[in-house]
Amino acid sequence: MAQFFQMQDLGAITPELELVAFGMFLLIFDLMVQEKRRLGLIALAGIAISGFFLFRLRGTDFSAYGGVLALDPFSIFFKTIFLVAAALSVAISLKYLDIERENHGEYYALILFSTMGMMFMAGAVDLVTLYIGLETMAIATYVLVGFLRSNQRSNEASMKYFLLGAFSSGILLYGMSLLYGLSGSTRFVDIAEALSRRPLTDPISLLAMITLSAGMFFKVAAVPFHQWTPDAYEGAPTSITAFMSVAVKAASFAMMVRIFMVAIYPLRPQWVPIMAAVSVMTMTIGNIAAITQSNVKRMLAYSSISHAGYILIGFIAGNETGLTAVPLYLFIYTFTNLGAWAVIVALRRKDVIGEQIDDMAGLFFRHPAGAVLMLIFLLSLAGIPPTAGFIGKYYLFAAAIQTGHNALAVIAVLNAAISIYFYFRIVVSMFMREATEKTGLVYAPGLTMTLAIAIVFTLLIGVYPDPFIAMARQAVILGF
Amino acid sequence: MDYFRQHILSIVAFWPLAGMIVLMLFNKENKTLIRWWANLVMITGFVISLPLWFWFDRDSADQMQFVQRIPWIPTIGANYHVGIDGISLLLVMLTTLLGPLAVLSSWEAIHDRVKEYYVFMLMLQAGMLGVFISLDFFLFYVFWEVMLVPMYFIIGVWGGPRKLYAAIKFFLYTLFGSVLLLLGILALYFMYPSIAAQHPEISSQFGTGSTFDILAFQAAASFLPFNYQYWIFLAFFVGFAIKVPMFPFHTWLPDAHVEAPTAGSVILAAVLLKMGTYGFLRFSLPILPDGTKYFVPFMITLSIIAIIYGALVAMMQPDMKKLVAYSSVSHMGFVTLGMFALNPNGVNGSIIQQINHGISTGALFLIVGIIYERRHTREIAQFGGISNVMPMYAVVFLIMTMSSIGLPLLNGFIGEFTIVMGALQENLWWAVAAGSGIVLGAAYMLWLYQRTMLGKIENPANEKLIDMNLRELATLVPLIIVAFWIGLYPAPFFRVLDKPVNKIVAKVRPDYFQGAQRLNAEIREPR
Repeated sequence: MAQFFQMQDLGAITPELELVAFGMFLLIFDLMVQEKRRLGLIALAGIAISGFFLFRLRGTDFSAYGGVLALDPFSIFFKTIFLVAAALSVAISLKYLDIERENHGEYYALILFSTMGMMFMAGAVDLVTLYIGLETMAIATYVLVGFLRSNQRSNEASMKYFLLGAFSSGILLYGMSLLYGLSGSTRFVDIAEALSRRPLTDPISLLAMITLSAGMFFKVAAVPFHQWTPDAYEGAPTSITAFMSVAVKAASFAMMVRIFMVAIYPLRPQWVPIMAAVSVMTMTIGNIAAITQSNVKRMLAYSSISHAGYILIGFIAGNETGLTAVPLYLFIYTFTNLGAWAVIVALRRKDVIGEQIDDMAGLFFRHPAGAVLMLIFLLSLAGIPPTAGFIGKYYLFAAAIQTGHNALAVIAVLNAAISIYFYFRIVVSMFMREATEKTGLVYAPGLTMTLAIAIVFTLLIGVYPDPFIAMARQAVILGF
Repeated sequence: MDYFRQHILSIVAFWPLAGMIVLMLFNKENKTLIRWWANLVMITGFVISLPLWFWFDRDSADQMQFVQRIPWIPTIGANYHVGIDGISLLLVMLTTLLGPLAVLSSWEAIHDRVKEYYVFMLMLQAGMLGVFISLDFFLFYVFWEVMLVPMYFIIGVWGGPRKLYAAIKFFLYTLFGSVLLLLGILALYFMYPSIAAQHPEISSQFGTGSTFDILAFQAAASFLPFNYQYWIFLAFFVGFAIKVPMFPFHTWLPDAHVEAPTAGSVILAAVLLKMGTYGFLRFSLPILPDGTKYFVPFMITLSIIAIIYGALVAMMQPDMKKLVAYSSVSHMGFVTLGMFALNPNGVNGSIIQQINHGISTGALFLIVGIIYERRHTREIAQFGGISNVMPMYAVVFLIMTMSSIGLPLLNGFIGEFTIVMGALQENLWWAVAAGSGIVLGAAYMLWLYQRTMLGKIENPANEKLIDMNLRELATLVPLIIVAFWIGLYPAPFFRVLDKPVNKIVAKVRPDYFQGAQRLNAEIREPR
């Protein structure tokens, strides 16, 4: 505490530093390289090296920079998710950007910067660090959403996302400033301590909690703060939609875990009912809205809203099972969802948008492997065993039952059952409709690699989940 | 051989899956090879399941045999734990018998997308076998859900005109039930450690840790507080009753049956529905005895409604397949009625009737499929006098009609008689209701037979019909043999059932075997 900076602290952020270095390097290199795809490969190398540094830090558990940044199993687990998501997103972007004719170097640099911001979010145990990480991530993502410069939808999505994101950050900041005012500190443990000394019904604490929660619900796209999601997801380049739906979401949840389970944990009796209501609304509205969509990107956007609703159950349960479920679910969701998005990216060709459900008609006849992969990803999203998605859902439902939230559990499982209906609209289109066109999927090494990794993990975690459960449990058991 | 003996259950269950993986490597244009291979896998699957029947130790039929237990997900206490007792033995044998027949019956019926069709059939077979052999609730649930997907595709791709509607309805209905079942399982799972901690006799055998072991749950059953049993029973009820299907959850069944291809209907009626009744028998009764007793009037009422309502609706159907589908609702009402009579006769009869239903309804769907392949219609009004052109077909149809309505010497009689006897022991009116169901059953089946088979041929389209060929006969002969076997000499079946049934009854009604005055109860030591 007394010492502000040690060399050890620098070691704690080597993965992040390395990402920044590669991002800078990419920006300079962009001026010299004609073949932009090489930049993507460099970005992949950067992520891999960052992953290597992260791997060397495994098992450590200390707080750096005078207790504002934690390097614990929790942050390492989430950083792994971010790096995996970033790597796979870059891999599916290589071909996609060519097709969209938007292959520019700063795209990859922005992904790296955004990932770096997320890594700080996962590690932050201090309001200021957290906020800087959040904004680093968010600003890079705003730009990425609008990356299809000549595309009106993309620009509109970016502007909406930016305005609403800035607005939610403002609300979040307001809550943070109240917490600082209450506790005189920006560190989560101090805030928790100050809050626990105040009565549960203290209006200032409640105001801080409510504004903070609202800001956070914005970030994870929980109802009633979800409206930006379908537009942003639809307009963004599909590769970025994939990135947002897994990495940005995971980062927001990592931040939520730290805030709700540490900083405002003393107010738990107050925020649990709010969160239960939000969770129920998020699951239900996300699923019901998804049923009526004809655009796959919008459908998966609503589905990702409902998944956020399921994950909130982990917070409501708040016990070991529930907290294990959050990182576990996000880890599984990363592979499953990225896989599903990769198939949609593969559908994008020079003259075909490939976003409507009808565009997938007869995919099985044109490209059987792609259709079967998509089927497995959709089954996993719906939580049907033996896919990974079932293990994630199992853990959340188990947490709800274990802590006696039976009504919540019933609503959640019924929602899980409803979701099969719209996921299977895609399946019907792929397997049971005549092919409307002859063209197959786009082949590209990056896409193939992403699909291979995603399917291996989706099935592996489904059949043999033990090591992954153990990792997720390890991640939460020490910190909370 | 020893290795085979120790792992026989896993080999039987995963054999179709292994065959499926090989099948996926075949060229999809080579349809003959694919058909031969799928049939070969199914028939060898039946052959390797035969040792189960011979090696099964009948003197300890209430004990789990051929047990295999491997840690699977230690963090949550789930094991790969399989084994069978007398009840599951019969259902496993039924599955391995019906599977090959269903696959054989699709030889000419399926022309499109042959490879995928057989892939799904083999996957389905593995899933169903897994359900009947699982002794771990987590494993059970995985198999239970896994087979939804192939069945969905079988209905949705190779089905009739409204196949998409029927397929998703089947999927959604069953899924709604199964997710609630999952919650019930979870509630048990979290109750177990606290019960085990208080009762050393349980913890010494099954440990105090969290477990999904079905036997551990059964051991802990009597200590489960009533209000828990109440809610868990309801959760299980929804899951299993949709599968059976019990009134009023039966509406998916006629749709699914009518739209599914013949083999799909056969598997659906003969095996899939049994998963629901098996669930009641294996889980609801022994794990939740107090809940079961509390819900007996409710369950009996639903069963009687299903018997009579199903029969009446069946009578009015213009479509042969729909008629058989509704007769399923009625017959499954018998099964649940016998089961919830909660005495040895009722439960024994209920299991025998499950096998009977698998045989006779499976056969009836095959029979309807045979005529549908020739005429591409199943409308009863289109037929009449078929026995003149298809005599062999008419004979087989007659035997199966008789089996379905419970004529003595055939299997249906044994099951219905035992069920009525069990019902009579409890309440006269239950038996009266069951009896009227038998009469109605005779009415609609005989009327169907009369309208389609007897009389003169009026419709010129029927004049040129060819009788069954060897392959079609081969799909039905095994079923006829088993129908006569159960009808003439049911003792081997009762022999494997008696002990496990008594064990279940003793679990639900501990006082049942203590009262010596009961006329029909053979007094045995409650285990």
